[in-house]
Amino acid sequence: MKSIKKFDYYSILEKITPLIAVILALLVGAIVIMLIGENPVFVYKTLFSNAIGNRDGWGNVLFRATPLIFTGLTVAFAFRCGLFNIGGEGQMYIGTFLATWVGFTFTNLPAFVLIPLCILSAAAGGALWAAVPGILKAKTGVHEVIVTIMMNWIAASLTFFLVLKFKASPTEAMVAAGVKQMIPHTNEIAEAARLPRLYNIFKFLNIDFPSYNQVNVSFFIAIGVAVLAYYILWKTNLGYEIRAVGYSPMAAEYGGISVGKNIILAMMISGAFAGLVGTNEVMGFKYRWRQELFTGLGFNGIAVALLGKNHPLGVVLAAILFGILNYGGAIVNIFTAGRIPRELIMVLQAVIVIFVVISDEVVKRLIRQRRKVV
Amino acid sequence: MKKNLLGVVVLVIILGLCLSSTLFSAEPLKVGLVFDIGGKGDKSFNDSASRGLSWAAADFGIKRIELEPGVDADREVNLRNLAMIGYDVIIGVGFLFTDAIITVADEFPDTKFAIVDGFIPDKPNVMSLLFPEPQGSFLVGMIAGMKAQEDGKDTVGFVGGMDIALINGFEAGYIAGVHYVYPECKILSAYAGDTPVAFADPVKGKELALSQYDNGAWVVYHASGLTGAGVFEAAKERKRFVIGVDSNQNYMGYIEETGENFGLTSMLKQVDVSVYLAIKAAVEGTFKGGIEVFGLDRTATIGGITYSGVGYALDKYNKDLITPEMITKVEEAKAKIISGEIVVPTEVTK
Repeated sequence: MKSIKKFDYYSILEKITPLIAVILALLVGAIVIMLIGENPVFVYKTLFSNAIGNRDGWGNVLFRATPLIFTGLTVAFAFRCGLFNIGGEGQMYIGTFLATWVGFTFTNLPAFVLIPLCILSAAAGGALWAAVPGILKAKTGVHEVIVTIMMNWIAASLTFFLVLKFKASPTEAMVAAGVKQMIPHTNEIAEAARLPRLYNIFKFLNIDFPSYNQVNVSFFIAIGVAVLAYYILWKTNLGYEIRAVGYSPMAAEYGGISVGKNIILAMMISGAFAGLVGTNEVMGFKYRWRQELFTGLGFNGIAVALLGKNHPLGVVLAAILFGILNYGGAIVNIFTAGRIPRELIMVLQAVIVIFVVISDEVVKRLIRQRRKVV
Repeated sequence: MKKNLLGVVVLVIILGLCLSSTLFSAEPLKVGLVFDIGGKGDKSFNDSASRGLSWAAADFGIKRIELEPGVDADREVNLRNLAMIGYDVIIGVGFLFTDAIITVADEFPDTKFAIVDGFIPDKPNVMSLLFPEPQGSFLVGMIAGMKAQEDGKDTVGFVGGMDIALINGFEAGYIAGVHYVYPECKILSAYAGDTPVAFADPVKGKELALSQYDNGAWVVYHASGLTGAGVFEAAKERKRFVIGVDSNQNYMGYIEETGENFGLTSMLKQVDVSVYLAIKAAVEGTFKGGIEVFGLDRTATIGGITYSGVGYALDKYNKDLITPEMITKVEEAKAKIISGEIVVPTEVTK
């Protein structure tokens, strides 16, 4: 009886390791802040009170968390099938570009058709791009890490080529002044393809919310996708098969599960999540494609998935934490008149990830020892 | 009646205090500057903007802040927060701020905005600071061509950051300048990439420059922000010449151990001067929205030194590399560009 109780204690410990990691990382951050010569209490107070102490802050945090939920789920979902999909960046590029293209091409469709169509094309673009490494892995055994990372570069160059093809024409004033588009971008997507900002909903509900806040309906899509990911993984046959392949491909095969099929499907679903970043960045924010908009979001998803322990709920919480740090970091930068650089936040994020890995390992060893003793 | 009178007197005193505090207080002008990708410390574009802010701080005693942006949405947030907490002049360094400034400038019509390299012609509170970079690149191209010719070499190189119209302009001016003095010279061109990371990738810069040097390039001109640090490394490794960009980077080609310098010259894009002048205009109350072009003919004297909008760098590091005849030729061409006799192309003809 007693030993069972102890064992539960360790399994709880295992679940909350990310929390411990975050606290340890904040302590390390405090030391770094003191070394810079600032007061860590003031810095953290400024960071958290501005990020989650008011509605504008929350809006900004959720706006930054939204794409990270998508890319975090991308990594987490593939990981459940034993795949390390680090091609979220490229899948995000392709999905987003496809959605943008649909958005500025089919401009005469009504919103109730165009919005779902754009969302579906975002997912489809990402899924198609992820299908390639999936098929190569399933049919030829080429490692997905190599293929996905290479396809990131292909996606960047391909979208760059496409944006030159679909470049918005310069305005009359630009022509008159002989000025060119500094960085190529496409035309804006149709009004009917734009996702409403949450401000519009709050206004309808008579809740005070700043009109300039960028958080938009895409956040709810992200939450919906997280629920969907959970549902697929733990409530469907497909999810069972995917997880079985993830645990042990040989055992799964022996049990009559097609490893190849599940690898391809898992990659495609994972890629579809990445493509949906476009719903936030283009359909809800910039309304057009511009090459530099999304750089890095796909890679940050790896850290989010790691911190979220590859569980959809964990990914959402981790993405929100990263949102808080990202937005709070920008604010701290201003309120300390630039004395605390934004890079400090990147240090914090990196330290969190390192601590997650370390504490994971430590807890695993503790549990192993415990079991041996029992 | 008496009560009323007292009220009026108190009101007048309060009003008077308010007025005097706005009229006579020496509240310094507050200036915020938000950097582009690469950030402070790139020894190039961003540092040049930062230098302009420091000059202005020294001359006008302004209160200043410098910020680094993260993701794209941060640009808007940074600008808006600065405006909210009462900054009078807010400067976005780089064309990537165009969308953000257009949005925020409308929300804060009383705040003055300036954008380096961005084109926002129609806002009364936004000053766009533009530079004809191809003209400056033409002049350093001439120097590169003359140096190669003098040393009996037949190839020069160009390393760009992100492959976009802005940087293509540098390349076009450079090529025209090289061919103006040395029509047979071969020119190798390469860009570091298709994403903005291409401006912050010294490893790639070094790789591209090494390959150009190994293919016979005698001089390599870079227009690639922080990526250029790698180009300088390559130049020192191969002991060939390199041309810097934006700030005076001549010293970056200096090898301390041997005393040799390979920093041939630098294309100066005086972002510092433009930032200084924008702040000066705000201090003196002459700030107006619209386009300000800082070309070869636009000169300003700051701290006893006269600068032109774009140009080439001469200092103790490269004085032995550039002969007086070269300078004479470049100055002739400069006059011809200003007079319109030479038209510098802004696009690469392929």
